[in-house]
Amino acid sequence: MSILVNRDTRVIFQGLTGATASRMAERAIAVGTELVGGVRPGKGGSRHLNVPLFDTVAQAVEATRPDATAVFVPPLNAAEAMIEAVEAGVKLIVCVTERIPVLDMVRVRDALSGSQSRLIGPNSFGIITPGECRIGVMPDRPHLPGKIGIASRTATLTYAVVDQTTRLGLGQSTSLGIGGDPVHGIGFAECLELFLADEQTAGIVLIGEIGGSEEEEAASLLGKSKPAKPVVAYVAGVHAPPARRMGHAGTVDLFGSGDVRGKIDALRDAGAIIADNPSLIGHAMREALRQA
Amino acid sequence: MNLHEYQAKALLRDRGIPIPRGAVASTPEQARARAEELGGDAWVVKAQVHAGQRGKAGGVKIVDSVDAVAAAAKAMLGKRIVTGHTGREGLAVRYVYVEEACKVAREIYAAVLVDRREARVSVIIAREGGAAVEERLALPENLIDAPVGPDGLDAAGINLLAGELEMSADRAALLGRILAQARNAFIELDASLIEFNPLAVTDSGDFAALDVKMVLDDNALSRHPELQALRDEDEVDPQEREADRFELNYARLDGNIGLMTTGAGLGLAAIDMIVEEGGEAANFMDVRPMASRDQVAEGIMLLLRDSRVRVVMVVAMGGGILHCDTIAEGIAAAFRKSGAAIPVVFHAAGTGKEISELTLRNQGIPVAFADSIGEAAREAVRIAGSAGG
Repeated sequence: MSILVNRDTRVIFQGLTGATASRMAERAIAVGTELVGGVRPGKGGSRHLNVPLFDTVAQAVEATRPDATAVFVPPLNAAEAMIEAVEAGVKLIVCVTERIPVLDMVRVRDALSGSQSRLIGPNSFGIITPGECRIGVMPDRPHLPGKIGIASRTATLTYAVVDQTTRLGLGQSTSLGIGGDPVHGIGFAECLELFLADEQTAGIVLIGEIGGSEEEEAASLLGKSKPAKPVVAYVAGVHAPPARRMGHAGTVDLFGSGDVRGKIDALRDAGAIIADNPSLIGHAMREALRQA
Repeated sequence: MNLHEYQAKALLRDRGIPIPRGAVASTPEQARARAEELGGDAWVVKAQVHAGQRGKAGGVKIVDSVDAVAAAAKAMLGKRIVTGHTGREGLAVRYVYVEEACKVAREIYAAVLVDRREARVSVIIAREGGAAVEERLALPENLIDAPVGPDGLDAAGINLLAGELEMSADRAALLGRILAQARNAFIELDASLIEFNPLAVTDSGDFAALDVKMVLDDNALSRHPELQALRDEDEVDPQEREADRFELNYARLDGNIGLMTTGAGLGLAAIDMIVEEGGEAANFMDVRPMASRDQVAEGIMLLLRDSRVRVVMVVAMGGGILHCDTIAEGIAAAFRKSGAAIPVVFHAAGTGKEISELTLRNQGIPVAFADSIGEAAREAVRIAGSAGG
């Protein structure tokens, strides 16, 4: 097993005809992802990368029954694209787009609330179950089918951890980026729940950073569930200088203290193993699994 | 994008927020003329820089004659204001804002912002406002999450605020209507913060926003051409402005290690390791996944032009889009173009690692290759220290 995506996941791409989307879709097909269609307003009825194109998500859903959509749409149109996917009932929406206005994301979250859809991102590298399905912009090479679940707020540090777990022969069950934006979809706590319930996942890595409250929410869940699987966490930004803001930092951070030491303490108190340095995450996991 | 106080006040006054009358000036004579035009017998002169805590740094003065207005302006203009919100070097004052003073009975605090966890626009109030209570504001128990909708407060909301702020229901309802206008302006203008500190209750029982801080969402500026014109390029760090032209995320820091990383989290991790090795980065620079070789070269040249930089540290993690060889080619191009002799510490991993190291090896650049981010940080700190930085 794995979480959220596997070899049976039927995928469409919104914005499939773009240069990056095309390259990433080709990559996805090459590793076995089941690409069933694309959405590009104005190009409905034609084909691209050997799959049919549609003008709207609703038409693509009707014709191809996708389980997931990859949103490769420019920042100012990305919110509409995500909301369209929610309204068309697509279960999993993965958005890689960066620099989306935050109030647009507030509207997307409104649309998601009470819906059947789950959002990964935006500003996410996507999600990959190695050897089965990839939706996103991650490299393929370091991935290896295996037993470590990875959830992260930052792309390139994740690639480093993927590389470490592959070299150690542990591999990955699923690796996903929850995205770097303040308002986003799925969070660490939900990822933890999914990985804890997944039989293939033997250990979980969380890669966090300064700001927000994702790490604190994960710690709170971890403290309550006391899982048998080891959780290794790394949080970047312990020495980041205080933001030079105009407004009052404490108020801005009201809904998540953002303080890295607080995050690390919360995770450690909840039973997570803390890696002081991202280079040590793979080894920390191997040691924890040996002792388990 | 940060706005000046005078810009924010003009935008919000047009949208129904009670704000004292005022005008901006760039010379003492102009400041005196503004005060005469405003009339009255007391004025506030305020330095216009993109920083909070101006009062503590001598950037706010209350005076009772037009001569004193001119004198206060003279004392501020051309000076540098250093506060907890600026870097060590502070910010130069090029404008002052002259405003009619009002008789304050009480000061409260209010802000509009996005609650990132709940994904909604929130209005936050505190019983006390002003510079003296900044620290106390950080405590959640001192803050009231006010249920302000597009038209103001409902009956329960009025009761809540009347009780919490110890004011009449009429006053609380009026406050709710004012904050609704602020909330509507926040949404209309794609703001990421509007802060009133203090929001005064005057002798006559009216409200007046004495200080306003406003930040606009950079990601939404392209749909507000009229707001783009408010950008004050002189307030933005020149290197930050330069980096922005090449789509690099840059923030100036106080050290001597010029840092470039392919990712923001990676950059934070690198800064952590540099500090733990006893060094300090001169900057944070994140290269975005779509970057070209030329953009990387411009970023490296920016680091090389920084006279504080003793060593350049590059951490390249090749991904699905940006490969390490693009980074290496950018470094090589920058050194060819600039002829600089500053040493480079380079750590690459992931897509394009091998090619990137080959590319850099034969360029005559004094480059040291590191096997991990930690080793790169150690080497960079060693070089920066031995260079007498």
